[in-house]
Amino acid sequence: MSLNRRAFLKLAAADGAVAVAAMGGTDAAAQDLRRARRSMPQDAVGLLFDATLCIGCRACQAACKQANGMPAEVPEQYAAWNSGIWDSPTDLSGDTLTVIQVYQHGTMDRKDRATDGFAFVKRQCMHCTDASCVSVCPVTAMTQDPETGVVFHHVDRCIGCRYCVLACPFGVPRYEFDDPFGQIQKCQLCADLPDQDIPACADVCPTGATLFGQTEVLQSEARRRLARDAGEIYAFPRGTLTRADDGGEPVTDRARHEAPIARYEQQVYGEHLLGGTQCRMLSGVPFELLGLPEDVPDTSYASITEGIQHTLYRYMIAPILLLAGLAFFAYRSARQHRPEDWD
Amino acid sequence: MATSTVVASSPCQDDAETIGRLDGYDGALGGVTRRDFLKYCTGIAVTLGLSPAWGVRIANASTRAARPSVIWLSGQACTGCTETLLRAYHPTLETLILDQISLDYHETLAAGAGQQAERVRQEAMQANHGRYLLVVDGSIPTGAAADYCRVGGERFVDSVVHAAEGAGAVIAMGSCSSWGGIPASAPNPSNARSAQDVLPDHTVVTIPGCPPNPYNFLATVLHYLTFERLPALDARNRPRFAYGRLIHENCERRPHFDAGRFARDFGDEGHRQGWCLYYLGCKGPETWANCPAVGFNDVGENTWPVGIGHPCFGCTEQGVGFTKPIHSLATVQTVTPPTAFPRVVEEQGVLSTAAVGVAAGVAGALIGAAAVLTSRLAKHGPPPEEAPPRDDS
Repeated sequence: MSLNRRAFLKLAAADGAVAVAAMGGTDAAAQDLRRARRSMPQDAVGLLFDATLCIGCRACQAACKQANGMPAEVPEQYAAWNSGIWDSPTDLSGDTLTVIQVYQHGTMDRKDRATDGFAFVKRQCMHCTDASCVSVCPVTAMTQDPETGVVFHHVDRCIGCRYCVLACPFGVPRYEFDDPFGQIQKCQLCADLPDQDIPACADVCPTGATLFGQTEVLQSEARRRLARDAGEIYAFPRGTLTRADDGGEPVTDRARHEAPIARYEQQVYGEHLLGGTQCRMLSGVPFELLGLPEDVPDTSYASITEGIQHTLYRYMIAPILLLAGLAFFAYRSARQHRPEDWD
Repeated sequence: MATSTVVASSPCQDDAETIGRLDGYDGALGGVTRRDFLKYCTGIAVTLGLSPAWGVRIANASTRAARPSVIWLSGQACTGCTETLLRAYHPTLETLILDQISLDYHETLAAGAGQQAERVRQEAMQANHGRYLLVVDGSIPTGAAADYCRVGGERFVDSVVHAAEGAGAVIAMGSCSSWGGIPASAPNPSNARSAQDVLPDHTVVTIPGCPPNPYNFLATVLHYLTFERLPALDARNRPRFAYGRLIHENCERRPHFDAGRFARDFGDEGHRQGWCLYYLGCKGPETWANCPAVGFNDVGENTWPVGIGHPCFGCTEQGVGFTKPIHSLATVQTVTPPTAFPRVVEEQGVLSTAAVGVAAGVAGALIGAAAVLTSRLAKHGPPPEEAPPRDDS
């Protein structure tokens, strides 16, 4: 088949038009192909982090390291004052499953204020209801507990492809690049540790800034706080907040502490975005300033990609048709160009 | 004492001679040995943050012939501030009031009573006008015509204002006179006020605490006697040698805070191990005082609330003690940035104008070179030719 200049240009223009049309229709198509929203198990557990309660003592960081047997980190920029007795990670890493970071602006006069203020944020796995890392893992090394919804990582199944590292919208799973036999590390809410009744971070938090419990209970607790006026005295639970056996008010086994309600951003972070996360947050400054992505869809990435993939590959019909078509065209083309002296 | 001859590095050389016979029974110290007395003065010097060698100067100042007159007025007080002073052992109270200062009026400690005591006060105030030290403990009622506290028929607020007129310095002893203390807590029926509130034209040195450590008071008094001026004060007129740091900063339990080890309940495992009391409501992180550094009443270290396992309740701090509930959590002051917290987004350096200029120059040069190269290629390259027509047969 000979292709002259004119024919080539026509073909190219047609291809371009098809591509543009396809791009325009991607969103709509993706929504159509999306698989059904995955619902949270009834006993899904998580953490509620209230940034307005965090005092930056980093007890959670220390307890996490101790519970998981991880070494202290001394980044180069802190070497001047840190000879190794202080754990001072700057971000999540293969040795750090949770970290307290700070947002600072201007004079940093007041806590939980965007202008001339500061705020703390605790980073750890958000335990998505419909987790991207679980979806992308080619070998089911990432799994989600059917009852508690906790996202586990199984080291013995992992092949080290690090798809989960790239897929996570929160940048949570981290690979131990400094280790020739590195593994993926991420928070598993201490559910893998037999000695830990509740996550170590929530266990030690002195202010209840990190609170453990059923996500449903934590969500209603968060809504209760948002409904109060700033300055109102509120009895904050610490450690755990769990469903009462008799279905009444949620219970905690520790003494609550009374403090004034802070001025909150009127949003529970993680309630809707990406299909919902089991760990939720409250803050006095916009979540974007705390390094938490806000420009993400309410549907999980996994539901879109899995929807498309599973539609395309359903019963292998589409691949078989594609292959058959290619074989047909190849055969026809070969027959047209058969030399005259061929067989 | 001649201050001009004193060299700060070795003041004892000149002063050692002038102390005189202190060891004898009739000496200025009345039975206290010279050695004990110098030890005490050295201790005071160290409390003030001075070199121990300054102890001799303090000894001289406190043993000079004319003992400075002190008028002590008690308002709405529990006598705790006097009680704490009774438990100072270097010097003992009698050494202080009989040999170092002339305590001319103090309702609890006065030997005389009634008209006699009041007369002594008036005489002392007249004789030492402009020089005596006025100490106020207890808050001052100003509500209901300020009638809640009268001594000798005079309203307490008038006594204070009157006494302050001729005072060389005014010291508020204890939280009540420093900022109102317990009587000023809501609902404050007597409208209790601090000494500073009723003496707006004076600098009132405050020694808050409930009660304060006696050595903070004694060190302030002896500083005034030695240098004839007040020690350095902070924004709330507290001596900075005593109130310059948070309790949290010097606390013996601080390492437990940093390691996240908190006692969660009285008597639990952590509490028995001596862990941090923040969880139980310790106000150390927002209370400025030297409690962990200077022991109370010479009965050994750890004799302060945190030392015995009870959270600090912030008795020295206005807005904390008697105001915040004992077990509500403190607002931690020292975690306030800047400290070594990682940023949410680490700051990036800003490009300097010079760097931008250099980069722009390099880019411009590259574009120019490319243009020249293209034009030369166009000139010297082979002329574009049509491919020879294919001979399709």
